[in-house]
Amino acid sequence: MSKYKPLRSRGAQFSVLIEKRAVWITLILFIVCLAAMIVSTGAGSQFITPLNVIKTLLGKGEPTYEVIIMKLRLPRIIIAVLVGSSLAVAGAVLQSIIRNPLASPDVAGITEGASLGAVLFIFLFGGTVPIHWMPLTSITGAFLITGLLYILAWKKGVDPLRLVLIGIGISAAIKSISYMLVISGPLQLAQRSLTFMTGSIYGTSWDKDVLTLLPWVAVLLPLTWLQTRNVNIQALGDEVASSAGAHVQKHRLLLLALSVALAGAAVAIGGAIGFIGLMAPHMARKLVGSSFGSVLPVSALLGAIILLLADLAARTAFLPNDVPAGVLTAAIGAPFFMYLLYRNRNRY
Amino acid sequence: MRVVYLFTLLGALGAIMIASIAFGVTDIPLGTVWESLTQFNGSNEHLVIRTTRIPRALIAASVGACLAVAGAVMQVMTRNPIASPSTLGVNSGAAFFIMLASVWLGVSGMNAFTWVALIGAAISGGIVFLLGSVGRDGMSPVKITLAGASMSAFFASLTQGLMLTDGKMFDQILVWLVGSVAGREMAQLQAVWPYMLAGMIISLLLSRHLNVLAMGDDVAQGLGQSTAYIKLFGALAVILLAGASVAVAGPIAFVGIIIPHIVRYFIGTDFRWILPYCAVLGAILLVAADLGSRYIAMPKEVPVGVMTAVIGVPFFVYIARKGRRTS
Repeated sequence: MSKYKPLRSRGAQFSVLIEKRAVWITLILFIVCLAAMIVSTGAGSQFITPLNVIKTLLGKGEPTYEVIIMKLRLPRIIIAVLVGSSLAVAGAVLQSIIRNPLASPDVAGITEGASLGAVLFIFLFGGTVPIHWMPLTSITGAFLITGLLYILAWKKGVDPLRLVLIGIGISAAIKSISYMLVISGPLQLAQRSLTFMTGSIYGTSWDKDVLTLLPWVAVLLPLTWLQTRNVNIQALGDEVASSAGAHVQKHRLLLLALSVALAGAAVAIGGAIGFIGLMAPHMARKLVGSSFGSVLPVSALLGAIILLLADLAARTAFLPNDVPAGVLTAAIGAPFFMYLLYRNRNRY
Repeated sequence: MRVVYLFTLLGALGAIMIASIAFGVTDIPLGTVWESLTQFNGSNEHLVIRTTRIPRALIAASVGACLAVAGAVMQVMTRNPIASPSTLGVNSGAAFFIMLASVWLGVSGMNAFTWVALIGAAISGGIVFLLGSVGRDGMSPVKITLAGASMSAFFASLTQGLMLTDGKMFDQILVWLVGSVAGREMAQLQAVWPYMLAGMIISLLLSRHLNVLAMGDDVAQGLGQSTAYIKLFGALAVILLAGASVAVAGPIAFVGIIIPHIVRYFIGTDFRWILPYCAVLGAILLVAADLGSRYIAMPKEVPVGVMTAVIGVPFFVYIARKGRRTS
């Protein structure tokens, strides 16, 4: 038996090479992710043993646990998984199409745009319009900013480095505009918005958050995976890709749109949680190589695990304070970014 | 001619500072402003002028001058057109250390804050400088900018985390964190001006050497300059200027990028002239931005840091587009 097994649709619109090693790694990570979910569900001001967590999830636990787990903790865990994996996949797509290991939704200003959209939503419609509409405003914000960025960075084509530099400048400005909104509003909204800008999945609930985010992720993630062939060919560089018959610019735009939508939806619920879109794809490529068919599931799982652990640490290590998870991801992510910069020190 | 222009600009600075003292939520006639200085009678208007308006104008002017000069020195030291205390993480490092000291260590008082800010600026700037200069080709603009952006993100996130968990004085700290010169007292300026002055003097003394350094490290060394010392003193000046500014006004962005570019466009490349012009124009920009910020959302005030960010971004984009990739 060979190491690879191809999976193709008729006419090869969709095509993935499935690597055995990658399948195993995906399975292992899936189990790790499940374990992290269970441990994380049990941890908190009231500790519940993993066994009891499993019992409760299967419907055979004690009623006191059932309230804590089903009502309070499980939504947060699910959100961590959804947000973490969306951000990670958004980053994986972005890194492939920009062909720059340092690209990520937060560096490129996508996260900032989304969070400005969401903060605007909180201030303009807070309380009057159902929260289910929030992903729409944050995705719109993300699209507008990305569009602006693309236009500003365009000079006979988009040079990735120029895109990143301009992204840094734009996100600084957006950040201060968001700050201004936060300051000018009432104090209660201010605290909520600031938590949002840091990125936190505190106090999430089933109907408000999980049901809002789930449809987006459930549609966008498989859609992105179906684009595997296009992502892989983008990574070869414009010349090779177009001589292989790919519509490079068209695909790049579509992929960018997918990435922005994923990041925007995740930010709408989790806030501007940084650096996951940077870290997870890197780790994934280290584990399974650079074929996007395996990078996507692996980075999604890694993103979920990172956010689960960051949130676990953020809410248990500083009791009674509930630190926003975004603080922890930044605390791990920024040194990671510097390490990457150091690794690539001879490239720039 | 350059002297004449410099004095004209100084005159403009004086005029705009007087405007900044007279205009605001309540406009005060110039006669009253004059009276409050010469014959203080303790009336409400006189009090407003003496305790809030004048300190505010003076702080805006000195912070603007410091940030602009710091930006100019950094740009030549790093050979990076978009270097400034804000993009290279110096400001956010100083801000984080102030937060940390006040929340966890219970430090208070302007003197202590200034020292903490200086230490923060030095640590953050040092890491960015180091990371930006590793590698075969030495310092490159892209590397140092990326390092600065990640340091800024790192410190900003930690600062927000601290703020959210502490909660005391939440709104005041928030305004400070964007950068604002409102509601400051004279005592705050008095605590930092020695550092600012020291930074200015070091920069001015360095200006001749910066001219040489601007030709590139190799040329400078070939001409007999000990570049390491010059860079060390340059870094010291930047830390003093930026740290002291942050301690009094918070991390105000983009002044350090905008002004040096304007000045170089008109004045050329001689740092003996660039630095004084930067100081005066930086002061004008910040006082003007502060004055403008009072009129955007009357009767509320927009923090001046937001104003400079919004003015600064077109500049930033222009420079990033224009800049050739050189290593």
